[in-house]
Amino acid sequence: MIEILTNYNDVLIEGFINTLIASLIALVISLIIGTLLGIFQVSTNKLLAGIANFYVQLFLNIPLLIIVLFFYVVFPMFFVGVNGFTAGIIGLTIYTSAFIAETVRAGILGVPNGQMEAGLSTGLTYGDTMRYIILPQAIKIVIPPLGNQFINLVKNSSVLAMVAGLDLMYYGDLIASETFNTFDTYIIVALFYLIITLPLTYLMQYVERRLAAND
Amino acid sequence: MDFTGAYSWVNIRFLLDGLLVTLEIAAISIILSFIIGAILGLVRYMKVPVLSFLAGAIVDIIRNLPLLLIIFFTYFALPQIGIRLSIFWSAVAAMTIFESAMLSEIIRGGLNSIPVGQMEAGRSTGLTYAQTIWYIIIPQALRAMVPPIVSQFVALVKDTSLATIITLPELTHNARIVYGQDTNFVIPMFIAMGFLYWVVCYTLSKLSKRLETSNA
Amino acid sequence: MKIMKKRPLLFLLLLPIIWLSACTSGQVANQDITERIAVASTPEIIWGVKADTNLFGLYNIAKGEIEGFDIDIAKALTEEITGSADNAEFVEVTSKTRIPLIKNGNIDAIIATMTISEERKKQVDFSDVYFAAGQSLLVPNDSAIQSIEDLNADTTVLAVKGSTSAQNIREHAPEANILELENYSEAFTALQSGQGDAMTTDNAILLGIIDENPGYRLAGAPFTDEPYGIAINHGQENFLNEVNKALDTIIENGTYAEIFTKWFPEEEVPELN
Repeated sequence: MIEILTNYNDVLIEGFINTLIASLIALVISLIIGTLLGIFQVSTNKLLAGIANFYVQLFLNIPLLIIVLFFYVVFPMFFVGVNGFTAGIIGLTIYTSAFIAETVRAGILGVPNGQMEAGLSTGLTYGDTMRYIILPQAIKIVIPPLGNQFINLVKNSSVLAMVAGLDLMYYGDLIASETFNTFDTYIIVALFYLIITLPLTYLMQYVERRLAAND
Repeated sequence: MDFTGAYSWVNIRFLLDGLLVTLEIAAISIILSFIIGAILGLVRYMKVPVLSFLAGAIVDIIRNLPLLLIIFFTYFALPQIGIRLSIFWSAVAAMTIFESAMLSEIIRGGLNSIPVGQMEAGRSTGLTYAQTIWYIIIPQALRAMVPPIVSQFVALVKDTSLATIITLPELTHNARIVYGQDTNFVIPMFIAMGFLYWVVCYTLSKLSKRLETSNA
Repeated sequence: MKIMKKRPLLFLLLLPIIWLSACTSGQVANQDITERIAVASTPEIIWGVKADTNLFGLYNIAKGEIEGFDIDIAKALTEEITGSADNAEFVEVTSKTRIPLIKNGNIDAIIATMTISEERKKQVDFSDVYFAAGQSLLVPNDSAIQSIEDLNADTTVLAVKGSTSAQNIREHAPEANILELENYSEAFTALQSGQGDAMTTDNAILLGIIDENPGYRLAGAPFTDEPYGIAINHGQENFLNEVNKALDTIIENGTYAEIFTKWFPEEEVPELN
């Protein structure tokens, strides 16, 4: 096990960093897209709500691997070639956006109806009530599930390995097929993933408790 | 683009064969992981000394790993220590290990969401600890648990696609075989594959909505 | 069933201990295949074969079975050893899964365009050569690449994971970038979409791709010798000897030449042994 770590530390670290980068990029973009979609879903504008609902229902129910493979295999046939890393990030973003949209929608609906009425009755517009009254309260509801989405995102980023995405799993797999020491290699790869996901999990549990205590 | 050739009966039948394997794997894993997840979740909720801690540690490790890694592990690494499973059963084992951990977390969360007062109330009416959990806590917790559990089942169905990496002849694997033989079939196969997964998962999640409303 | 499920959980829990034992225990001995064939009522031999490689092992969707040179050779060998070609069972493998599978005991032998190499001999034993290939480059017809010498730091070569071809490129063209993919069809799709400038693997496999996809050519002569062998797990000497004996027989009685001409009508039947 020590041997694998010393012989392959450079590729393991490169993979680890690529996994982090892919997860972070996908997180930031899907937070933006997901939040917008979530707001659109509860919007009174039928068209916006329809589009957002269509998007969410489509991508919630299709495997991430299919979305990533689509961008890797189909996209280049019509547009430009994308490498596995990029195809992976695009797929992760599209997929995670749908989940974040669902979370945000649930968060907004979690704020009691009366709040919107109260806001409107004080003369605020729909947009202002949303922005100053509903969303700040919704954020509190959505923080814990959003944290879980990020943890899922890190785990899901391993799908990059299926399209030569140069992530932690890809290199781990390569080391395993070169050394044939699959057992030790996968344990090492597992530890690298846990370095990211375990602290996040405990942080989220802490945040959740703090939020609950504040209520 | 040759859609008629792509959707020949031979190819469609091949995809449906794959879908059947997908559904088999998903169904077996759903049942097994629900049982194991429920046991783990209960053990953690009941705070049995040592046992609950161990269950918690295992669950925390497993649910924080990528499923793909666990699939590789059950298929490529376990034989190194003398545990040999066929492709089908190592896929089932990987899905079950991972989804049990995810489900146990949902179940524990659901049980914990029931106020402590309920337990005290149950005990004060003369019910035993186990009876209170069975007759009072679980029925109430179920209501909160059903939607996330069904979402997890939907996730499980989608996750079976990852087992294509160990040549499990499921839907994704078979679609890749078809489009691997003819570039013209790539898009038709993606449409067919996406459609089949979507129908299965959407139906499952709609089922959850119905359960939710009928429970409320 | 329950034990099977519980065991992995337990093992994860006892990680440190297993790790130590995994380092020391090594490979669990397999049942002797020859003995198993001798006593079984239906003496099956399970072959690991490719399902995505034209001419060698390709899934025929209409028939629901895998077809190719490797499959026919495996059937002929099975007939020699057990008396009937119907005893040959086929399991799909990829370059990545085949060695773990044979170690796993799920298959008895690998006949899947596998090059005999010193590195692999540490894991498995090889039969005598049953096909002599050589590694080459596949490029679009209009490519500037004429041979392995044209690869440089600006070119990306697509290879398949778990095969020796990536290592060979590193030796012959250390400057070139390498991207390793899951299987031949994905590597070729990547080449078509411009992810790389050339795809590399054995000429025999590349010819199978050109056969189905006009517009591509080989760049230069093969730059390696890739003798294909049948891989069998360590500790199966009896079975290995039987396979070698059967191979000799089918080469001598003309069955080999017949199968070779069926799949490679343009090529001359090589002199093996």
